[in-house]
Amino acid sequence: MTDADVVIGLEVHVQLDTDSKMFCGCSTEYDDSPPNTHTCPTCLGLPGALPVVNERAVEYAVKVGKALDCSIAEDTAFHRKNYFYPDLPKNFQITQYDSPINEDGELEISVEDESKSVGIRRAHMEEDPGSLVHKGGSIERSSYTLVDYNRSGTPLLEIVTEPDVESPEEARAVVDKLREILEYLGVFDADRGGALRVDANVSISVDDEEGTRTEVKNIGSTKGVVKALRYEVTRQKNQLKRGGDVQQETRHYDDDRGVTVTLREKAEEKDYRYFREADIPPLETSEYVEEVEIPELPDERRRRFREEYGLSREEASKLTSKKAVADFYEEVADVDSDLAATWVVDELLGELNYRDMTVEDVDAEDFRGLVELVDAGEVTDANAVEAIRASLDGRQGFVEVVEERGLGVADEGETLEACRTAVEENPDAVDDYLSGDDEALNYLVGQVMQATGGGADPATVNEVLREELEGEG
Amino acid sequence: MSATDDGDDPFNAFVTRCRVGGGDGMLSDLSIGVKDNISTEDVETTCASQVLEGYVPPYDATAVKRLKDAGASIVGKTNLDEFGMGSTTETSAYGATRNPVDPERVPGGSSGGSAAAVAAGEVDAALGTDTGGSVRCPAAFCGVVGYKPTYGLVSRYGLIAYANSLECIGPIADDVETVGRVLDVIAGEDHRDGTCNLEAGDLASAAREPVELGGLSVAVPEELVGDGVDPDVEAEFERAVDVLKSEGASVDRVSMPSLERALAAYYVIAMGEASSNLARFDGVRYGPGGGDGDWNESFSSARAGFGDEVKRRVMLGTFALSEGYHDEYYDKAQQARELVRRDFHRVFEDADVVASPTMPVTAFELGEALDDPLEMYQMDVNTVPVNLAGVPSVSVPAGDVDGLPVGLQLTAAKNRDAELLSTAAAFEEAWS
Ligand SMILES: [Zn+2]
Repeated sequence: MTDADVVIGLEVHVQLDTDSKMFCGCSTEYDDSPPNTHTCPTCLGLPGALPVVNERAVEYAVKVGKALDCSIAEDTAFHRKNYFYPDLPKNFQITQYDSPINEDGELEISVEDESKSVGIRRAHMEEDPGSLVHKGGSIERSSYTLVDYNRSGTPLLEIVTEPDVESPEEARAVVDKLREILEYLGVFDADRGGALRVDANVSISVDDEEGTRTEVKNIGSTKGVVKALRYEVTRQKNQLKRGGDVQQETRHYDDDRGVTVTLREKAEEKDYRYFREADIPPLETSEYVEEVEIPELPDERRRRFREEYGLSREEASKLTSKKAVADFYEEVADVDSDLAATWVVDELLGELNYRDMTVEDVDAEDFRGLVELVDAGEVTDANAVEAIRASLDGRQGFVEVVEERGLGVADEGETLEACRTAVEENPDAVDDYLSGDDEALNYLVGQVMQATGGGADPATVNEVLREELEGEG
Repeated sequence: MSATDDGDDPFNAFVTRCRVGGGDGMLSDLSIGVKDNISTEDVETTCASQVLEGYVPPYDATAVKRLKDAGASIVGKTNLDEFGMGSTTETSAYGATRNPVDPERVPGGSSGGSAAAVAAGEVDAALGTDTGGSVRCPAAFCGVVGYKPTYGLVSRYGLIAYANSLECIGPIADDVETVGRVLDVIAGEDHRDGTCNLEAGDLASAAREPVELGGLSVAVPEELVGDGVDPDVEAEFERAVDVLKSEGASVDRVSMPSLERALAAYYVIAMGEASSNLARFDGVRYGPGGGDGDWNESFSSARAGFGDEVKRRVMLGTFALSEGYHDEYYDKAQQARELVRRDFHRVFEDADVVASPTMPVTAFELGEALDDPLEMYQMDVNTVPVNLAGVPSVSVPAGDVDGLPVGLQLTAAKNRDAELLSTAAAFEEAWS
């Protein structure tokens, strides 16, 4: 094979984090609820029930449109996508076909410091189906299937990219960047399972000649994006290498096995018979467009962090990938922007992550107090780390832990006192030191540190001990 | 409550008898029948179809709720063509309804049970639904008043959809005043129906206050008289026109060329929408359910319960929306619909109402039209343009041919429901 290029277009489905569903008043907080308890005539598709558009969902869609630099349609409409499936109570899905609310946007991504722009073809609103539980395992083996309509009617935004994505890694960057932006906009709950799902159109073009494309469905996670697409790209390349053709088809990504398998061949492709949903009048967006404001987005904030706080690219990137972390940092930064960055990025985030916690679980004001103590030399680095750990484990304030456990720096008198005591109580170590064993000094330093609860400065302790021991000798 | 044969129902006007509502309110003196495709809480609602047998809605349609709140007594669910698909009330899974004027004849449809119940004096008023004439046709055949409001004036929440861009809930009664009283209660904005956003005026008063016919301008489209209209019916219609003239109304013969294509456009749109609206009847959540086998087999066996006319329309509608035919049928039909809208708009620049015979014929004999669906569809030629345009229209009794009632159809511009009721009241007064 000669010159082969990977061509990928992504369809990213995101659940919008509204309180109620897309077309009815049912709550979207159903994750821990028994099946079919968040339903009403509309989301159950009962005869005669009608959809009414959730204005908050429209507002969120406009936010995303603005953030992705889309042109936002003045008038937008909904359509029916007709197909039979048991999780779809009306046997059609309300979506937007030829009049999506957002079109022609752009997304900046960077992979290994190479930046590029990926076109956003459209981002339109639709409703999520219910969910199926196959009793007895897989679809093939189960004897029956249960339907839970709690999810039915949850608002979705489908973001469709142009086929500008040239590698699985770029695809991952697109998904990561979208997650960041959606999270910044406050329209998306990144921690919710299944809140983001990806389908991908993949083809290989050889010598600039367009290849046949397959659609890979059911990619659930960011990690899955790379795995699924690497598999599919390799599969297609191998097929071409062997002189075969890639078949146009829909493939299903099996996350457990990390492979894609044929779901439907071209001849079985569905005809969705799209047409206007007359139950929903055309929607004017001008008011939303005027009123909706978007916050500073991750890229902007990254740039500002580097300029305003003098942070490295890596630090700025780590601090801004989640809005909550960036907000947290900014509450601590004015103590000393470098020191604050180090303590948030290098220590706090790791300790939080280890405990499955987030910055939302801790008080920025309190953490700022700890960084101030470190800055003033009143708590040693080691003790500050200990304070963070103890505080997170005991769900206690940082500064409170420092005080309660006496983790503050020992003053000169205290240090001198502890050194004298160590010398008095460890005559063997003193002898060893005097007979030339430097290790013995380390032992004594350890004793002093323990006695001062780590509050003494090791360098000072070293010095004082040497002086004291000179006297003994 | 279940669908049962009732010995006291000689015309088979009811699918289910019930007694709900009643109490204080503006309609406390009225007993009302509700077409059985309108949802009633705790009362079985079948659409006259096997696929909904046993379905008891957990909620009231907005129109029903408003009737109950106004103290009306709802005494039964009235028969209809299955899912409203027909003009004779013969395709009901619960048997045909008979016309009280002549029990060997059809009452018209699809709201035949509602019109028959009113004509037989079983109820003071009834709710029907009008997708392409389904309120006006049976009103004309049974000799009562049937009203189809402006699309968006009465909430469709709870109306089990046949063709949702076309259909409206409308009242049927013996006289315009009662129609106005019922309409007044059920009309007006509903937050559960995004398309129901029109301000309703005082429609009850409007129906009690006949307009001065002296200042009325009436247009008669040549496309709705003449060819295809029974000469005796046309003669009765001309008599009605003469009455209007003698009261001082000016009558102009106009042309609305788009109406030639209205019937075809109507059926393509209605069937297309029906194919999607009826998709939900898969036996999973309500109805008798499908049999064994995989999903597809189970869905198919549940949907085998549809009658022939419903199956025909679902299949034709599916075809019209399919890739490769969508442009040729559905999109063309939408274009024709737009032309019909414009034609009405143009005519209403000069005229207050458009007048025509409601139906081109009088009620035919039971069984006569069933074998030839195309001929049956042809009967709707005068009523369907109104639904395409979304304008209000009423059928008022205007004479008879050999004892079989003829209806005068009066149609007004969008949201001119109050004026239309006053005009219908004036005609009613002048005719008697
Ligand atoms: Zn709901």
